[in-house]
Amino acid sequence: MRRPTKDTARGARKISRRALIVGGLQAGFMGVLALRMRYMQVEEADKFRLLAEENRVNIRLIPPARGEIFDRNGQPIAVNQPSYRITLTREDAGDVDEVIARLSHLIELDEEELNRAMTELRRTSPFFPVTIADKVSWSDVTQIAVNAPALPGVTPEVGLTRTYPMGSDFAHVIGYVGPVSDYDLEKIEAPDQLLFIPRFQIGKVGLESKLEDELRGKAGARRVEVNHVGREMRELDRREGIQGQNLQLTIDHELQNYVQARLDGESAAAVVMDVHNGDLLAIASAPTFDPNLFVRGISVSDYKALTENKYRPLAAKSVQGIYPPGSTFKMVVALAGLDEGIIGPEDTYYCPGHLEVSGRRFHCWKRAGHGHMNVESSLRESCDVFYYELALELGIEKISAMARKMGLGERFDIPMSAVASGLTPTKEWKRRARDAEWVIGDTVNSAIGQGFVLASPLQLAVMTARIASGRAVSPRLIKTIEGIEQTSGDGESLGLNENHLRQVRKAMFAVSNNRRGTAYGSRIIAEGMRMAGKTGTSQVRNITAAERAAGVRSNADLPWERRDHALFVDFAPYDDPRIAVAVIIEHGGGGSSAAAPVARDITLQALYGEDPPLDAYPTKDRGRIEALQEKLRKYRPDAKTDGSSRA
Amino acid sequence: MSYLEYNVKTVPSGARKVLYLNWPLVLLLTAVASFGFLMLYSVAGGSLSPWAEPQMKRFLIGLAAMFVVAMVPIWLWRNLSVVAYLGSILLLVGVEFFGAVGMGAQRWIDLGFMRLQPSELTKITLVMILAAYYDALPIKRTSRPIWVIIPVLLILLPTFLVLRQPDLGTALLLMIGGGAVMFLAGVHWAYFVAVISAGIATVATVFQSRGTDWQLIKDYQFRRIDTFIDPSNDPLGAGYHITQAKIALGSGGWTGRGFMQGTQSRLNFLPEKHTDFIFTTLAEEFGFIGAFSLLALYALILVFCVSSALANKDRFASLLTLGIATTFFLFFAVNMSMVMGLAPVVGVPLPLVSYGGSAMLVLLTAFGLVQSAHIHRPR
Repeated sequence: MRRPTKDTARGARKISRRALIVGGLQAGFMGVLALRMRYMQVEEADKFRLLAEENRVNIRLIPPARGEIFDRNGQPIAVNQPSYRITLTREDAGDVDEVIARLSHLIELDEEELNRAMTELRRTSPFFPVTIADKVSWSDVTQIAVNAPALPGVTPEVGLTRTYPMGSDFAHVIGYVGPVSDYDLEKIEAPDQLLFIPRFQIGKVGLESKLEDELRGKAGARRVEVNHVGREMRELDRREGIQGQNLQLTIDHELQNYVQARLDGESAAAVVMDVHNGDLLAIASAPTFDPNLFVRGISVSDYKALTENKYRPLAAKSVQGIYPPGSTFKMVVALAGLDEGIIGPEDTYYCPGHLEVSGRRFHCWKRAGHGHMNVESSLRESCDVFYYELALELGIEKISAMARKMGLGERFDIPMSAVASGLTPTKEWKRRARDAEWVIGDTVNSAIGQGFVLASPLQLAVMTARIASGRAVSPRLIKTIEGIEQTSGDGESLGLNENHLRQVRKAMFAVSNNRRGTAYGSRIIAEGMRMAGKTGTSQVRNITAAERAAGVRSNADLPWERRDHALFVDFAPYDDPRIAVAVIIEHGGGGSSAAAPVARDITLQALYGEDPPLDAYPTKDRGRIEALQEKLRKYRPDAKTDGSSRA
Repeated sequence: MSYLEYNVKTVPSGARKVLYLNWPLVLLLTAVASFGFLMLYSVAGGSLSPWAEPQMKRFLIGLAAMFVVAMVPIWLWRNLSVVAYLGSILLLVGVEFFGAVGMGAQRWIDLGFMRLQPSELTKITLVMILAAYYDALPIKRTSRPIWVIIPVLLILLPTFLVLRQPDLGTALLLMIGGGAVMFLAGVHWAYFVAVISAGIATVATVFQSRGTDWQLIKDYQFRRIDTFIDPSNDPLGAGYHITQAKIALGSGGWTGRGFMQGTQSRLNFLPEKHTDFIFTTLAEEFGFIGAFSLLALYALILVFCVSSALANKDRFASLLTLGIATTFFLFFAVNMSMVMGLAPVVGVPLPLVSYGGSAMLVLLTAFGLVQSAHIHRPR
């Protein structure tokens, strides 16, 4: 069948017309596409280029090495040690369970750590290395290296871990570091990005925490190219961080070690200070603990043992502990009396064994009484009534003013945790804090360092140093930062009459060198090394009249918590003072029996810089001292079976 | 039949046909495909495997198929139109029962050597049957309702089957492609106005149905539309594709970041970078100049097809060529709109460039038909 030509031609014309319409529409749409292309690729190119860069470039932080800490002689106290951890990368391992099974034949894997790692492995990207064993030994690392072909995806990685080679000796001074916790982050405003690095360690307590800013350093950064799932493709550039600053302490590690060892077994604290520049040569608190335990992550049972110990090993009693200074406060009252001209060197008060003040009887420790006492004899024999009388004439304000001049009640700025300010009471203070009027009995109690007066061992050492030097010495713990010497602790003259100071020093010399002195038993006999000190025994309980009538029970009969604190402060050598020492033995009993021998041993050790010769001690003590020296040697760092150097 | 109209003696025969091929069109197709090879080489990180080499092989096979199809006289293809259409319908029904599921849709039948997507094939066979229909239909009946309903049914049957898969993108392409052939054939424009109005009403109804128990399309299709409208409201989910594609495209700038230097594709930020989103890689690495060049090549292909069609006095050949050209246009227009954020993500490949066997073979075979029409045109 042939179609009429006319029809065919008309159909073709129609097709042509419609084809042009369709073609036109298509051309128009292509024009839109081209314009859109131009808009995105030319006008908005910069915006999209930036977005592409943001996609592609990641900033990765490089943690800086933490500043290290040394003692005054350059001995390392806190260092960074390479530590090894084993990581597993899922995509390289293939059969993860198989690899871990093989690995557990080679090294010991911690069950808990492993479970955590398995969860992490399932959750993270397959190329992300997950730590399956932390802090493994070098021998384990070599084991793994040798067997590497059988352990696909297993890589030993090296990092830095804080280590305290002196173990427990510096626990209270240095503190320790630990991983950043949510609690830490909450406390910090605008925290450094570094803190978000997993396992990043910051100072938790002590100097590590107080000088965190100096020790931490500045993070370096790497710009890396990553793909869509965050896998690192290559490093674009790298800026190294700034290492934390190295610190040098004023502490002598050998002396510190001796002091810690000497205090061992007691709940006690001791401070040794240079009387001229305030350098803290030793600042110890017992019992102590091993800070390395905290860095590794302390076990619940270990932690419980520390917190439940009634001797409070975690507390830095040398600066945090505040105690009634007891008779060691008498120097302050004596100086105030001399300074105010209320008494002269030879003026006396009579001690009948007690004093009646507004109907209340205040006793002297010696019930029979001391008789007539002057400044020297009252200090030497620690007569209480002399100071009751003197304090009544002085009034609390003048006593407290002198106490503050001596550094009591002052919060010294040394970088340890919770440095206490103690208390030098005034009438105003009592009104404010206790909402009660000052009564005369308060003054009487304060006279012998009881009642409201509170001081830390550090403050007592400062007080003693100030008596010895006549200058406002303040303590210094940091000798240098990055080699730069820090401000010395030597101070202005206290502005006290040198004769008055000499009176008090002479009396203190008598305490430990006169046969009637309360610390005569703990004297030093080496010429040129002799010390001047003062005992103190501070009550932690009230002795009721009924008790007194029944006869005061001796400390040995009391439960530990109710025994008196034993204190002793001294400076030495008497002729040319170099060091001041303060010792407190919590609930140790009497100052002369419990604290003085410890302080004497510490003083001698500090003066000689090594085990002192036996002839520095009184003849009858020598046998005992020799045995003690022998015993303490096992605490020396070089004698320790060193478990901490293995990371 | 009607081929008797032609003066058969003037139609080239035997090997001489090769000389009468539309060679510029062959060159254009090869040029476009070469863009694809380059980009597939680039997205594989500078490697022929896994994409560039198979793609080249398929292109060669497709080219061979195109030549074979071109050699066969166009009237023979016209006579086979009904068979081809019924065959593709059967295959579409077949995927209902034997189809493999990919990306939430039943789309292909595994033939062993390749995965056949009947929906791709249908795009061409639908054009063929419609062209043959209007060739046979007396022109004055073209716009009569009864004669309009038949082609509408021819379009709706495969559309319905494809929607069942479900593949909204292909279904739309079938409708628009089929509609275009009807329009070209001269169906009265009033029908189109009516259908487009109805279409708009339908879309409105579909959106009304959202969240009700008579919901007409699947949730994921709704989500695609949502993310199309505002990609940022789902930056890590479905919107991620669009956002990353736009970043890649935009960051190309005038001249691009350089061959194999595109960070978006090299670092895998781009989804489906070797298939549906390959245009973004091209735009990223060769910039506006590269992307515009490809668009220009596509435009040239259309120009050659349309001019060939207009020069052809045979109604079937002319409609077929225009229909195939329109289908081809729909492919790249939808794909480019999609990656540029002008249309929702509907899974349409960039013709001849995206990695994929079915689309490549089907398209080249279709161009074989165009060539056949060109060679065997009445003179």
